[in-house]
Amino acid sequence: MEPSPSQICRLHVNGDERSCGVTPHTTLLEALRYELGLTGSKQGCDKGDCGACTVLVDGDPVLACITLALAAEGRDVRTVEGLAEGATPHPLQDALDRTGGAQCGFCTPGILMSAAALLEREPAPSREAIALALSGNLCRCTGYTKIFEAVELAARELRERGTRPKVAAR
Amino acid sequence: MSAREKPGTAAPDPGMAIPKGRQMPKEERLTPPAWQGGRAVPPNGDAFRLIGQRSRKLEGLAKVTGRAIYADDILLPRMLHAKLLRSIHAHARIVSIDASAALAMPGVHAVITGKDLPEYFGIIPWTQDEQALCETKARYVGDAIAAVAADSERLAEEALRKIRVEYDVLQAITSIDEGLEHPAIQVNEKAAEGNISKHVHLEFGPVDELLAKSDAVVEAEYWYEGSTHGPIEPHCCVAEYDATGFLTVWSSTQVAHYLHRDLAKVLGLPTQRIRVIQPVVGGAFGGKSEPFSLEFCAAKLSMLTGRPVKILYTREEVFYAHRGRHPMRLRYRTGVMNDGSLTGTDAKIHIDGGAYSSFGLVTTYYSGQLLTAPYAMPGYRFDSTRVFTNKPCCGPKRGHGSVQPRFAFECQLDKLAEKIGMDPIALRRKNHIGEATRTVNGLRVTSNGFLQCLDAVEKASDWERRWRQLPYGRGLGVAGSMYISGTNYCIYPNEMPQSAVQLKLDRSGRATLFCGISDIGQGAESVLAMIVGEELGLGLRDIRVVAADTDLTPVDLGSYSSRETFMCGNAALDAARKLRDLIAETLSERWGVPKSDVVLAQGMAVAASDPKQHAMTVRDAFQAAEARHGTLGTVGWYQSPKLGGDYRGGTIGASPAYSFTAHVAEVECDPEMGWVTVKKIWVAHDCGRALSPVAVEGQMEGSAYMGFGEALMETHTFKPAAVGHGAGIHHGPSLLDYRMPTSMDTPELESIIIESVDPEGPYGAKEAGEGPLHPSIPAIANAIHDALGIRCDRLPFSPPAVLALLKAGDVRAAWEQSRRPRVAIGTPAGAPRPRVVKQ
Repeated sequence: MEPSPSQICRLHVNGDERSCGVTPHTTLLEALRYELGLTGSKQGCDKGDCGACTVLVDGDPVLACITLALAAEGRDVRTVEGLAEGATPHPLQDALDRTGGAQCGFCTPGILMSAAALLEREPAPSREAIALALSGNLCRCTGYTKIFEAVELAARELRERGTRPKVAAR
Repeated sequence: MSAREKPGTAAPDPGMAIPKGRQMPKEERLTPPAWQGGRAVPPNGDAFRLIGQRSRKLEGLAKVTGRAIYADDILLPRMLHAKLLRSIHAHARIVSIDASAALAMPGVHAVITGKDLPEYFGIIPWTQDEQALCETKARYVGDAIAAVAADSERLAEEALRKIRVEYDVLQAITSIDEGLEHPAIQVNEKAAEGNISKHVHLEFGPVDELLAKSDAVVEAEYWYEGSTHGPIEPHCCVAEYDATGFLTVWSSTQVAHYLHRDLAKVLGLPTQRIRVIQPVVGGAFGGKSEPFSLEFCAAKLSMLTGRPVKILYTREEVFYAHRGRHPMRLRYRTGVMNDGSLTGTDAKIHIDGGAYSSFGLVTTYYSGQLLTAPYAMPGYRFDSTRVFTNKPCCGPKRGHGSVQPRFAFECQLDKLAEKIGMDPIALRRKNHIGEATRTVNGLRVTSNGFLQCLDAVEKASDWERRWRQLPYGRGLGVAGSMYISGTNYCIYPNEMPQSAVQLKLDRSGRATLFCGISDIGQGAESVLAMIVGEELGLGLRDIRVVAADTDLTPVDLGSYSSRETFMCGNAALDAARKLRDLIAETLSERWGVPKSDVVLAQGMAVAASDPKQHAMTVRDAFQAAEARHGTLGTVGWYQSPKLGGDYRGGTIGASPAYSFTAHVAEVECDPEMGWVTVKKIWVAHDCGRALSPVAVEGQMEGSAYMGFGEALMETHTFKPAAVGHGAGIHHGPSLLDYRMPTSMDTPELESIIIESVDPEGPYGAKEAGEGPLHPSIPAIANAIHDALGIRCDRLPFSPPAVLALLKAGDVRAAWEQSRRPRVAIGTPAGAPRPRVVKQ
């Protein structure tokens, strides 16, 4: 039988201090989705193949379905829910919506986090660099074309604003 | 047009035939109101305000901010989690099941087996051959046998391991030929004969005579490997049976209405005690267009435990649930005259159906019926047989039943063009069927923009200068296709509308549209909002769409056969025009102007003749109309006209409108390694009027991408029976092993929208979701031929396959031979092309 939650896991998520009960094998994705109610991150394969669960840990994209919740303790976790600045969507979110880069929307949270990490490193990425950064995120709807356009659009907007997206820390 | 069945085939079909007298709709079919000026015109007479704009989707921001609620995001109090025990054998009799050890585990609440849900179901009423849990026999590896509800998913999984199933393992059938050769080893006992799921033989025109008199005939066999949908969201459902005996099911389905009916049948509940809700769906592509074991099991377990129950399939289970593209073996004989006109086409098709029927009856017809445009065919015969095998059931994947024959046929055309020394685009133009016509099998074609599609891809790809002129290893290929805009008839025969909406206007200036429409990411709900906004002068933010909830919304049949924009769009247009009429009448009386003078646009109601004098906000106009007519609300509905050929099966393939597509693909091949890289695909698609160009382009790009994946990378294959142990096990049921193209693999995609305004579509719109997939594969195959001189007749075009073809003969010499002088540059598009004489 499954052990009852045996440990308290303290997570720093989207700027909030949250804690939940976990077992040693509870994944970060399970903790986020089912314990903390952050259902924006999706489970598409549960084995690290599809990228729908991508979140940022200390600014780097990681696959939350193959990361243990306890391994993320004390680190800065950012999910799709933490991307917007208050009620204003992040330029990447806005651009994906405008270009039609989110069809069914299921891969979108993961795509957004991978793209946000890219733009943090590289404010003016080439299309090749965007494709490489998103190569771990499978999208089955769009053929990626409109996603590339969205990332380019968001990068341009961020450059014009003269700010980089704040994804690593608030 | 003539249709005759071969002697002997008029007798009862082997397999599960449609009962006699049921296949044709009644004469007194309802037809929707005809609006003055038709359906294609803008409501204010001049121009469209919302239609054709590049707009956001209604639910777009919810999706990008992580707020959209998918089935697995639903967490109810006291909810249990259930898992399914699945067969480890491809074919085995179930001798006994002992679940006592599982039931004894603390935290396990219920276990059910086939005896608890014995009723058969199936999406097609005449071929209901599935049970939610196998009662006596498992027919494929992964067939569901038992279900456990427990406090957590992990606990349910552990409990599954304690269920003891005694199997009597049977010989497995894992291929079409095995199924045909061993009728005594019957996969599916519901088959009337051996392992034949369905057989269709139809013949139109004197095929043999036409072939005999042809100047050139090409005969070849093609193999289409199976592929699966691969939506990123796995199937998931939550069922809650409450204390009043009412069942609510949230499911990642694209056919809430059909699921509703089958739940009632299998659970023995009256339909009015069941509510089906489709939450936001994370991709479907046809893979969620029929009921699955999870919905019945979650519901039954909720009924037994009195608690909500969730079932979420693992990715592996999604691969085994399948219902994807049928593997097909297709043999074609096609004839052509030296001037390029097609003569006869003779097709013999074998279809690997997997263990159950699913939509197989329709698939078998579609494999032949949907080939008869965009090219005129004086003679056409097809003979299609769907065979049961001990593998996951195949079904409808984007471009249901017609992607495979389209691949074969467009390769045939390329070969014929080469044989008579004609440019393959010119050959296609030459045989263009035209608009306002009928196909050889009796399909009514209304609008047709195929020629413009050909022109567009020819120009965009610089075909004239580059085809047959690129260096060795590089090439261009062309292909065309057509597809339906909604199947003309409901899956279960009835005379009720196929789509319906209710439209409510609020004093606040807001409209709410209720419709059974299934948005699976294509933007179907947004299209309805655009139509309502266009008619009532509202912006998209002032319109709410309540969709796919059987308690709240009138019936729409669901998201399949590319029907939503056409059929729900027409229903929404109907409702919105009725409402607009009430408002126009009110204002015309108040202002003393004719009704036709009233304009509702961009939030304002004005009299076009005197907008300074007569103007108010639409909110005020709604209130005036409410004071005049009472509470404002209308219904709208759509029913297609009676269509189809007057012969058995003649309604299958009938659609109120057809879309047309042409692709040119450019490839770069590595002849040393056999690698094919698709550099670019130009996609021109005639979708009628593009109501939402962003959504249309998204469908075109997504379709071309998916076809590309099938052509080069994806294979849904299983261990054959010959290996003995492990027969029927999937070769790679994961998103790592099943190679869906990534952002690095996908070629550049350029979409070119062609708008032939259709007389019957809403504002002239047709489909865009499935048609644009079809030409991808043959265009790539034909481009590989241009690059290397080889003919890829078997999918996928993987490096080993390409290498084997390169080594099969002196193909380099054949390639050198194929380099010819070109047609003079500057020939006007659309004009008949001069034949290029072979040197």
